[in-house]
Amino acid sequence: MSELALRDTTAAERGCAEPEVLKERGQREVFCGLTGIIWLHRKIQDAFFLIVGSRTCAHLMQSAAGVMIFAEPRFGTAIIEERDLAGMADANDELDRVVGRLLARRPDIKTLFLVGSCPSEVIKLDLSRAAQRLSRQHMPEVRVLNYTGSGIETTFTQGEDMCLASLVPEMPAEAADAAPSLLVVGALADVVEDQFARTFKALGIEHVSFLPPRRSAELPAVGPQTRMLLAQPFLCETARLLEERGAQRLEAPFPLGVEGTTEWLQAAAEAFGVDGQRLREVIAPAQRRAKVALEHYRERLGGKSIFFFPDSQLEVPIARFLARELGMTLVEVGSPYLHRQHLSRELELLPAGTQLSEGQHVDKQIDRCRAATPDLVVCGLGLANPFESEGMTTKWSIELVFTPIHGFDQAGDLAELFARPLLRKAKLEV
Amino acid sequence: MQLTVWTYEGPPHVGAMRIATALEDVHYVLHAPQGDTYADLLFTMIERRDKRPPVTYTTFQARDLGGDTAELFKDAARDAVERFAPQAILVGASCTGELIQDDPAGLAKALGLSLPVIPLELPSYSKKENWGAAETLYQLVRGLAGPHVPKPGEERPARDPETRPKCNILGPTALGFRHRDDVIEVRKLLESLGIDVHVVAPMGATAAEIARVGEADFNVVLYPEIGRSTASWLKRMFGQPFTTVVPIGIGATREFIREVAEIAGVDPSAALAGEPSRLPWWSRSIDSTYLTNKRVFVFGDGTHAIAAARVAQEELGFQVVGLGSYSREMARELRAAAALYDVEPLITDDYLEVEEKIEELQPELVLGTQMERHIAKRLGVGCAVISAPVHVQDYPARYAPQMGWEGANVLFDTWVHPLVMGLEEHLLGMFREDFEFHDEAGASHLGHGAKGTTQTAAEAEEDSEPEAQAAPEETIETPAAPQPASAQSAGAPAWTDEAETELRKIPFFVRGKARRNTEKYAAQLGLTAITLETLYDAKAHFGK
Repeated sequence: MSELALRDTTAAERGCAEPEVLKERGQREVFCGLTGIIWLHRKIQDAFFLIVGSRTCAHLMQSAAGVMIFAEPRFGTAIIEERDLAGMADANDELDRVVGRLLARRPDIKTLFLVGSCPSEVIKLDLSRAAQRLSRQHMPEVRVLNYTGSGIETTFTQGEDMCLASLVPEMPAEAADAAPSLLVVGALADVVEDQFARTFKALGIEHVSFLPPRRSAELPAVGPQTRMLLAQPFLCETARLLEERGAQRLEAPFPLGVEGTTEWLQAAAEAFGVDGQRLREVIAPAQRRAKVALEHYRERLGGKSIFFFPDSQLEVPIARFLARELGMTLVEVGSPYLHRQHLSRELELLPAGTQLSEGQHVDKQIDRCRAATPDLVVCGLGLANPFESEGMTTKWSIELVFTPIHGFDQAGDLAELFARPLLRKAKLEV
Repeated sequence: MQLTVWTYEGPPHVGAMRIATALEDVHYVLHAPQGDTYADLLFTMIERRDKRPPVTYTTFQARDLGGDTAELFKDAARDAVERFAPQAILVGASCTGELIQDDPAGLAKALGLSLPVIPLELPSYSKKENWGAAETLYQLVRGLAGPHVPKPGEERPARDPETRPKCNILGPTALGFRHRDDVIEVRKLLESLGIDVHVVAPMGATAAEIARVGEADFNVVLYPEIGRSTASWLKRMFGQPFTTVVPIGIGATREFIREVAEIAGVDPSAALAGEPSRLPWWSRSIDSTYLTNKRVFVFGDGTHAIAAARVAQEELGFQVVGLGSYSREMARELRAAAALYDVEPLITDDYLEVEEKIEELQPELVLGTQMERHIAKRLGVGCAVISAPVHVQDYPARYAPQMGWEGANVLFDTWVHPLVMGLEEHLLGMFREDFEFHDEAGASHLGHGAKGTTQTAAEAEEDSEPEAQAAPEETIETPAAPQPASAQSAGAPAWTDEAETELRKIPFFVRGKARRNTEKYAAQLGLTAITLETLYDAKAHFGK
C-alpha cells in the first residue's frame, strides 16, 4: 500500500486540494478482519473458514455473530494451546489433524481458508506453507488457501479484502482471444448481485462475473480484457492483485444511493461502449423508484447532523449519499483507512470542507462527538448504548455491512437505516 | 489445537473484564491488539450496560511490534489513570499481548503511579473466562485487603453480641447469569436472618470497600467458580468462614439458611417459617402430575448444572438422564452429583460432544445454556436456559432471580412452560390424526415457532445426512429422525412398514423414546424385524 504515491496521483488527477484529514493514533475501537467471515461464510456456500487462533478469536466470532447465526456455521477456530506454543513442528501436525477431522465431518466443503489471527502472526505460524501442504493432501476434493484476518494487520472489512486477494491467484487466466468482460468485485447480498446482473444484461454487457462467486469452484477468469468495477471501498489489496493480472479498474464512486449507483453503472456502460441513451432508458425505472423511496426519509433526515466513528470504510460513500441525496450535515466522517485512489471520486463529491478522520483515538473522538452533539452518531456496538444513555441517538455501523444497501432498489433501505433511530427517538414516550 | 465451533467460555481476560466492569472505580489496562475491543459489546449490548467497560486497550498493530510496544503500554496506562481517575488499576495482557512478553506488571510499576496497581497473570492458552474472573477477584482482594491482614497470632476479636452479624457476598460479576437479581434475593434471605451485608464483591464495590472486606464476620459464596478462591484466602488470612451451599431451589435454600445461621450463630426458624415459595405447592398440585419422570438433560456451568439437576429431580419430579458441565474446576462436585442420579457425568467444553450426547439421550427437556437451546431447537425438544454463556435474552427486564424463594418460583415457571402440557399431551395421544391437532402443530402455547414434525420420507432422508448440515430455521428435525432402511446398521432389527406407521401415531415428544425402547427390546430378543406386535410388546415390557 504505497499510500504516498497514490495520494500524489489522485491529487494531481483531481487538481484540487487534499481534503482535511485528521490522522489519529490511539485506542482503536474496531473489529479485526476475522469478523468478515460472518458474511463471507454465507456468501461462498462451499467454503469453510478455519481460524487458526486463540479462544479470544472463537469468542469474538461467537459474540459478534452469535445472535445472527442459527445453523451450524461454516467457520470454526483451531484454538492454539499451551503445548502448541512449545514447538512449531508440533503446531503444524496439530493443524493437519484438525483439518483432517474437519474435512471428514464436512464433505461438502470445496475450499478451506486457513485464516491467520493475531497469535498465529505473532508466533509466525506459516499458514501459507501449511495451506500448500494441506492442498497437496486434499486436492482435488478440497483446495486450501490462506489469508490473514488478524487485528494487528487488518481492520474489520479488510478481512474480506484479504480473503478475496487470496482467491485472485486461483482465478483462471482469460483466453487469449477473450472478449472484454466485466468483473464486479466485493461481496454483495445475493439479491443485489442478481439486480446488477439483470441491469448489465439489459445494457448488453455480456460477460459479467462476480468476485467472490457463490460457489468457490466458479472462480471467474481474469486478464487484460477484464474491466473491474469495485462494489466495495475496502478492496485495496484485491484490486492491486487483479491489476497485476491485467485487469483494469473502472473509476467510479460506489453504488450507494441514486447518484453513486448511476455513476457506477455509467462507468461500466462507457467501458463497454453502451450508448448514453440506452443507459438512461435501462436505469430510468429503478432510478425513479429509488427517488420515490428516498422521498419518504428526506424530511426526517434533511438538515440533521451526523458523526461517523471509523468502522467499515463504507463511511465516505455513505456520508456522500446522506449529504447529497438527503441533505444531512456531516460533522465528522471517520474511517479506519482512506484509500485515496479508490475513493477519489467519492472525495470529490463530498461537500467542501468535510472533516475526515483516519485511524482512531477513541477517547478523543468521543470527546469531539460529545462536544458536537450531532443528531445521529454512527458507531460500533461497544459505544452505541453508552452514547444512547447520554441522550444521543445512534446507528450501529455493523448493520451497514449486514444489510443489502447497494444499488437503486436498496437506496431507500439505506436511508431508512438512518431514519429509524430518529423515528424511534421521536416516537418513544418513555 | 482444539477445533471449536462454539465456545462456552471466553478467554481469561474477559473474566477479568467481568470483575473490572462490576466494580465502581477500578480501571483495567489491557495490552491487546485492536480486535480485542470486541469484548466491550458483551457488556454494552448483551447486558445493555449504559457505560463503556472501564477498560483501556493498547491496540498495538503489526507495525508497532518492531518498535516499542512497551512504551505504548506505559502511555496507555498513564493516560487511563489521568482520564478516568480510578482508585486502583488492574494491568495485564490478552492472548496476543501475552505472546509479546512486555511485562505489563513491571511496566506499570515503573510508572510510579500513586494508586494501587494489581498485576494479572492470566495464561490465555491454558485457562478460561471463569478462571480469569476468579483469579482477578482473588488478586484484587489480596492486593487491596492484604495490608489489613491481622498479624500472625493476632486473634480475631469476638463480635459484640449487641451488634448484628455481617457478611460479604462474593462472586456476582458483570455479565453473569442473573447475578443482578440473585444478589437482591440473597440479601433478602440474609435480612430474614437478621444479618447485615458488609460488602458485595465485585458487583458494585469500590476499591475502598474491597480493602475493608476483612471486617465482616463471614463470607457468602454465591458462585464457587468465581468466589471460592477468594473466600479460601480470606478464611486463611482473616479467619472468616464461608458458605458452601448455593441457594438454588427449595431444598438448597433451606440448607443455605441453616448453614448461614450456624456460621452466624443466629436462629433460622423464623426465616424458614411459613411458605415463602410457591414451588412446593405448584409441584404437588395435581396438574403437575404430567411432569413425573420427564426425561431431562442438564448442562451448564458447575454451580448451575448441579443445582438444576437437584431441583429437576427432587422438586419437579423429573428424571435426570444426563448431567454435564464445561467447568472443569468443578468436575469433582459434578461427578458426585451425577452419581446421585446414576448418570454418566459429561465434563467437556466441546459443543459437538454435548450435541451428540443430547441426540443419543433424547430427553424431553433440556436445561442448558444458549448453545443447548440451539441444539434443542434443532431437535424439536423444549429447552430452558439455566446458565452462562449469556445472551441478551438472559437479561430480562423483570426481576428473575435463580436463587432463594423467588428464584424457585422462577425456575418452576421457566422450566415447565417449554413442555407440552398435561391435558394437551393426552389429547395429542388420543386423536393423532386430527388435521389441525396433530403433532406438527406442536404445543399450542408455544406459537408457530415450536412445531413438531411429521416428516416426509424425503425430509427424513435429508435429516439423516451424515454431516450436520446447515439447516434453515424452518426445518426442525424430529427427536428421532426416522432412519431410512438403508442407513440402518447391519444386524439391527428392521422396522416393518406397519410398525413404522404405528410408531408415527405416537406423539413426537415420546416417539424417540418408543423407538429406542422397541429397538432395544427387539435386539435383546434377537429379533430381525420389528412388527406391530413387537412395538406393543416393548411398550408393555418397559411400562410408560
